[in-house]
Amino acid sequence: MKRSHWSIPYVVFMAIFVVLPLVLVMVYAFQDGTGHFTLANITRFFTDADALTTFAVSLEIAIENTLICILLGYPAAWILANKDLNRSAITIILFIMPMWINALMRTLATAEIFNMLGIRLGKGTLLFGMVYDYLPFMIYPIYNVLAKMDKSYQEAAQDLGATPWKVFWKVTVPLSMPGVWSGVLMVFMPTVSTFAISEFLTNNKIKLFGTIIQENINSSMWNYGAALAFFMLIIIGITTLFTGDQKEAEEALI
Amino acid sequence: MKRFLAKTYIWILLILLYTPLILIAVFSFTESKVLGSWTGFSTRLYENLFTGRIQGSATLLSAVENTLLIALVSAAVAMLLGTVAAIGIFNLQGRKRRVVSFLNNIPMINPDVITGVSLFLLFIFLHFSQGYLTVILAHISFGTPYVVLSVLPKLQQMNPNVYEAALDLGATPVQALRKVLIPQLRPGMVSGFILAFTMSLDDFAVTFFTRGTIGLETLSTYIYADARKGGLTPELRALMTLIFLIILILLIVINVRQAKMNKDKE
Amino acid sequence: MASEEHIIDLKHVSKRFGDKTVLDDINLYIRKGEFVTLLGPSGCGKTTTLRLIGGFLAPDEGEILLDGKDISSIPPYKRPFNTVFQRYALFPHLDVYENIAFGLKLQKVPEDEIERRVKRVLKLVSMSDYEDRDVDSLSGGQQQRVAIARALVNQPKILLLDEPLAALDLKMRQDMQIELKEMHKKLGITFIYVTHDQEEALTLSDTIVVMNEGKIQQIGTPIDIYNEPVNCFVADFIGESNILKGKMLRDRRVAFIKHEFDCVDEGFGEMTPVDVVVRPEDIYFTTDPAKCQFKATVNSCTFKGVHYEMWVDTDTGYELMIQDYDPYPVGAEVMLYIDPDDIQVMRKERTRNVMDGKMVDETHVEMIGGVFECLPQEGIAPGDDVRVTVRFEKVDLEDHQEEGVVAGEVHFLLYKGDHYHLTILTEDGYHVWVDTNDIWDKGDLVGITIAPEDLLIEKKNEA
Repeated sequence: MKRSHWSIPYVVFMAIFVVLPLVLVMVYAFQDGTGHFTLANITRFFTDADALTTFAVSLEIAIENTLICILLGYPAAWILANKDLNRSAITIILFIMPMWINALMRTLATAEIFNMLGIRLGKGTLLFGMVYDYLPFMIYPIYNVLAKMDKSYQEAAQDLGATPWKVFWKVTVPLSMPGVWSGVLMVFMPTVSTFAISEFLTNNKIKLFGTIIQENINSSMWNYGAALAFFMLIIIGITTLFTGDQKEAEEALI
Repeated sequence: MKRFLAKTYIWILLILLYTPLILIAVFSFTESKVLGSWTGFSTRLYENLFTGRIQGSATLLSAVENTLLIALVSAAVAMLLGTVAAIGIFNLQGRKRRVVSFLNNIPMINPDVITGVSLFLLFIFLHFSQGYLTVILAHISFGTPYVVLSVLPKLQQMNPNVYEAALDLGATPVQALRKVLIPQLRPGMVSGFILAFTMSLDDFAVTFFTRGTIGLETLSTYIYADARKGGLTPELRALMTLIFLIILILLIVINVRQAKMNKDKE
Repeated sequence: MASEEHIIDLKHVSKRFGDKTVLDDINLYIRKGEFVTLLGPSGCGKTTTLRLIGGFLAPDEGEILLDGKDISSIPPYKRPFNTVFQRYALFPHLDVYENIAFGLKLQKVPEDEIERRVKRVLKLVSMSDYEDRDVDSLSGGQQQRVAIARALVNQPKILLLDEPLAALDLKMRQDMQIELKEMHKKLGITFIYVTHDQEEALTLSDTIVVMNEGKIQQIGTPIDIYNEPVNCFVADFIGESNILKGKMLRDRRVAFIKHEFDCVDEGFGEMTPVDVVVRPEDIYFTTDPAKCQFKATVNSCTFKGVHYEMWVDTDTGYELMIQDYDPYPVGAEVMLYIDPDDIQVMRKERTRNVMDGKMVDETHVEMIGGVFECLPQEGIAPGDDVRVTVRFEKVDLEDHQEEGVVAGEVHFLLYKGDHYHLTILTEDGYHVWVDTNDIWDKGDLVGITIAPEDLLIEKKNEA
């Protein structure tokens, strides 16, 4: 037996538990409750003002959250990866650690603080909480790419006459883009689709797309829920297209 | 100056990130119902946690149990499946390899809601009654890719001839796997296991959609339900603090081990 | 040392990876006790041959015999061979002792015997004090010795060595060569050695098998291979050489560089085009006008340690390389001669490109994966199979692949004194041979064009 055949069990497993479910999302999205083909679920979405607003709000919050995470996270990752500025591995662990702690717990803790400080829950607190939840997921992949980057690129640029500022913008930033993209992948999609988190952080005032999907599935409106999930899948497709080279982004993750 | 600015920036971010966690830890040593009002030092919450004298204690403790059980079983299966798969993928070439790697990426890119909903539909479609088994299967499906991605680099680092060297010296393929391949892949398998384990611990959405209606609660779903009822059970603060400490210790152990391994290599 | 008895026979062995043929009908025997080296550039099939013998690959065609019995279906762990791998492949999780004992433990050899045998091989490779060392803490040379010990402790009938010295530095490599040679003498078992280093092959081997592009080019003793290469590839690959276009005038008389020379070769026929090889150390300077066969001007002179390497321009416009212990100043007019013994005449493998093609229409022919324009052909209809002949010097190479009708890369090149002879490998895997005065490097990407009037087209016989 060839050793490449060892991938077969996993491929079978993925066919059943990854591919088939996604196919089912599409199938259910184009079916009515009795299993007949219909476009009703799709058209319903475009006439459902509530869903459309939520969709728009979710995208807006996700974009804002992603941008804030990049703006705050990139400098942090850069400092952490810079041997002159940071020699301790502990700071890096401290940044990674929140990633490992139950997101619901962290969110509830944040919400409790807002309550304690008497801040009214709303869009501001939602964004703050989201950034708080997802910042480590942006820092980690960027840090990984920057830390593994061959120093000789920067040295070569300096040697060719680039100022430190130019080196940063012309060499370091372009070379670290795979890390940024995988950060975007890990922040943008989850933000659009979270439920629970938005409920806690806004006291149910702002719903995100994930919540709508969940509500529909929970009230047994599987077909419409599937249609909404199908729209999410389309956005995922678009984001992954934008994030370009799969392999580089994937390498930044581990 | 540059160093000072950099340090300040890092510490401000860290303080922001940790304030809520620290607050919870601090208020785990007082008995008050809500966060923010200090009613004197007490370890009652911890005692209650261990003696089980809490309101609805049975569900909280069984939720913790379920969470651990599901994480252990799913991570163990993911480790086996993922390691075998990684060896297979490593030996694949060209288009086939790209296709399998792409498939492997899907569960990692997919937001948990999609994973949850899609698996929910699958189990409905297959008329599979939902409960422990479906949650575990779901957790295996999103945990295995991390094992594959942790084991693959170990395969790449490995001298491609060691497996053949074992055969050459008279080991059967099974012996070569046990005595040569596995020992060298072990670090990757362990970190893959830990990743899958923590992903499972952390999961809320997928469990939520695949647990069915048998009343199966994990820590996440318990917290969700608890919070929606209005106000957290105070004992959760103690539990969170404990989990936080355990993870901190685990992470430090892993990192120290890794640093040591890297040093050994040099 | 080597007996006449064959230990290994390869009969009509072919191996393909996908649609690439890496070994093409290999026939080879190895005598018991012999030190055989498979020599060739990377990708020539030497390692594949070794892996076939070791059992890590199975041949697509042909059979591999051990002592006359087919072993094609025996897995590697049941073959009485052991291998020293290119990068040693020591098990990093085991120490030196455990690495060496690995095979014996699997055979359930008693512990005390294992210890005895491990100690004995460690002594053989001069590593006696290293039993407990971690293999990662050893230097390249030490890892190498452990790898050899690990293979030898199982007392194999044949030791297979896959470029075992490639990762070592020059000095260490030379020391290890001597040790390997001594080990071979002491043990008396068969060694099959793979290398791309011709010096190593010449130093170590009883027999050298020169391979290129999946085919055996020449089998012989080091002296045979060096002095009597059978083709340009072998001549160029082994040692330095001047390879020149020539013409056999009659038996024992050959013309090249527009001069005539006596030689020792016979049987080529009269006025036959040939290739001539003259080693640079076989061209002699003389001050005696009677001895002088041709004159030249020195155009460069470089000190190479033991000898000087000089390039001279002959009075007939050719460039030759000469190695001599005495330097001649640049610009000096010198008189030169070559001994008849030192002229190696080789039959030409081909004198022009001959390609199979198909007429597309009256003025276009499809061949080597492209459509070339040609002069109107009479008596050949579109769709006819044709044979196209193109002289080497009539093939034009363009700098950019897209400028050519067919894209390819420079696969092999030979300097023939006044021009380069290139082998171009096209994208579709065809070979085209080109004579040119332009300088190209191996691996350069080129486009191929041919002027319409240079395509000589004949209709193929129906049969």
